[in-house]
Amino acid sequence: MTTVALKTAPDATNYPFDVDRIRADFPILARPVHGKPLAFLDSGASAQKPQAVLDAIQRAYSETYANVHRGAYYLSQAATDGYEGARKRVADYINAASADEIIFTRNVTSAINLVASSYGAKFLQAGDEIILSQMEHHANIVPWQMLRDRIGIEIKVAPIDDRGNFLLDEYEKLLSPKTKLVAITQVSNVLGTIVPLDDVIRLAHAQGAHVLVDGAQGIVHSRVDVQALDADFYGFTGHKLYGPSGIGALYGKMELLKQMPPYEGGGDMIELVTFEKTTYREPPARFEAGTPPIVQAIGLHAAIDYVDAVGIENVAAHEATLLEYATDRLSEYSDITIIGQADNKAGIISFVMDGAHAHDIGTIVDAEGVAIRTGHHCAQPLMDRFDLAATARASFGMYNTRADVDALLAALDKVRDIFG
Amino acid sequence: MDDELRELYQEVILDHGKNPRNFRAPEDANYESLGHNPLCGDRIKVFAKVNADGLIEDAAFDGRGCAISVASASMMTDIVKGKTVDQVDRLFATFHDMCTLEDPEISDEFSDDIDKLKVLSGVRQFPMRVKCATLAWHTINAAVHGEEITSTE
Ligand SMILES: Cc1ncc(COP(=O)(O)O)c(C=O)c1O
Repeated sequence: MTTVALKTAPDATNYPFDVDRIRADFPILARPVHGKPLAFLDSGASAQKPQAVLDAIQRAYSETYANVHRGAYYLSQAATDGYEGARKRVADYINAASADEIIFTRNVTSAINLVASSYGAKFLQAGDEIILSQMEHHANIVPWQMLRDRIGIEIKVAPIDDRGNFLLDEYEKLLSPKTKLVAITQVSNVLGTIVPLDDVIRLAHAQGAHVLVDGAQGIVHSRVDVQALDADFYGFTGHKLYGPSGIGALYGKMELLKQMPPYEGGGDMIELVTFEKTTYREPPARFEAGTPPIVQAIGLHAAIDYVDAVGIENVAAHEATLLEYATDRLSEYSDITIIGQADNKAGIISFVMDGAHAHDIGTIVDAEGVAIRTGHHCAQPLMDRFDLAATARASFGMYNTRADVDALLAALDKVRDIFG
Repeated sequence: MDDELRELYQEVILDHGKNPRNFRAPEDANYESLGHNPLCGDRIKVFAKVNADGLIEDAAFDGRGCAISVASASMMTDIVKGKTVDQVDRLFATFHDMCTLEDPEISDEFSDDIDKLKVLSGVRQFPMRVKCATLAWHTINAAVHGEEITSTE
């Protein structure tokens, strides 16, 4: 059992929850940066970790550590229980039908690469079409291009409008019997756009196409139910969900996973090996060659427990108020343009400022203790869509406050002082 | 931190950043290269017209980047004009040291140029920004040595 620092889940009706109590659970938030209080506004890149996660990692190494699935001895069994317990926890959290549908990976990038390689080998061939959106992170573009270059599939790109809304009718026009797979993000990491996944998946299935959802930004801002969504694959990354780095998960429908060949070869994924022939285990073991990220999985378990105790709906409601506040405040300035004003947004706000390049903004606000992401956010095709080289981006986590937004606004005044 | 920031964003840099010199794409350039900083997505193209004796007769750039990379490209294109490719190689090496080393050894070969370039050495305090200051230099280096695309990685 992992203990959660926040013992009682705040009541959803009792919102806004006590952010100060949550902040107290994240030790790093107390440290100053450049002598200033830290305003951490880059959870979209990676979230900070609550004490409960740090404790779970510490406990796993100091009390129950050994390799998994191997030894007949007590510690190996304890570590295996911890690792497999994490799989069960992930399955329950995203409502997979079975824990066997959860494959642990390094991050969402390796989850997508696994699908491109393994699903691609079984289900795709030259001339088949797949659809991506214009908002994809490089992690959901490059693996498909590599596959295209290998086997000759065609990649279609579903567009967005100038505000960043996903254009469902344009997407629908791209779908055809040739479409075999739609690989799409749940939430844009740059624009914050929430993609209408229910419609995207329904329309894809109507054409007989499968759907992979890149949930890296979605799972941190909303409740995920893979069965209700009817997603065929759903990948996410632990470090954005307040868990450790080095762990991600891929959900896949068992009927698909069973048909897919292994991704990497090695220990743990085999039944019988001779030099002539090897037989492979059933999913998920088939896709987890070698010693897995054991303690990272245990840390992810603790992170999910923590998020669940706070309540992801509460987190989303809190972030929505911050997004509204930040949008209002940034809109007060005529030299700032918000990039991404979709009707439906999660807690991410990108902007550019007249006369100051994002990279310079990043350096100057950092001196004020404000951590934001600047650059192309691993979404260069999206940057090209808006004819931008870079944006500044603030993204919210459960521990952010209006004071963090105020610190950003004050730091932007320093940018004006220098570049004004 | 404030002092270091002031040192990074000196008036000269802000001026070059806002009003870059040699910001054009000359038709008669015989060398060009695209410089790319993958960290921030900045892309600048550097053009050089080099004569048969290896003398740089003209240098220019276009593209977009942060204040530091644009200021550096602006100053560099001014400075390399009238120098040979060999001289520019040596000057780049010295400039690179100025941007990265605490106590660089500076030869007196190009003391006037070095004096001008000193305003950029404030990046030393900002390791993430060194590539911004050196992008244009990497790019002209690639151009005159025959590489079409370069990256600061
Ligand atoms: C939408 C999206 N997809 C994929 C990724 C890649 O995540 P990771 O680097 O953890 O694989 C990110 C995060 O950077 C993201 O925001």
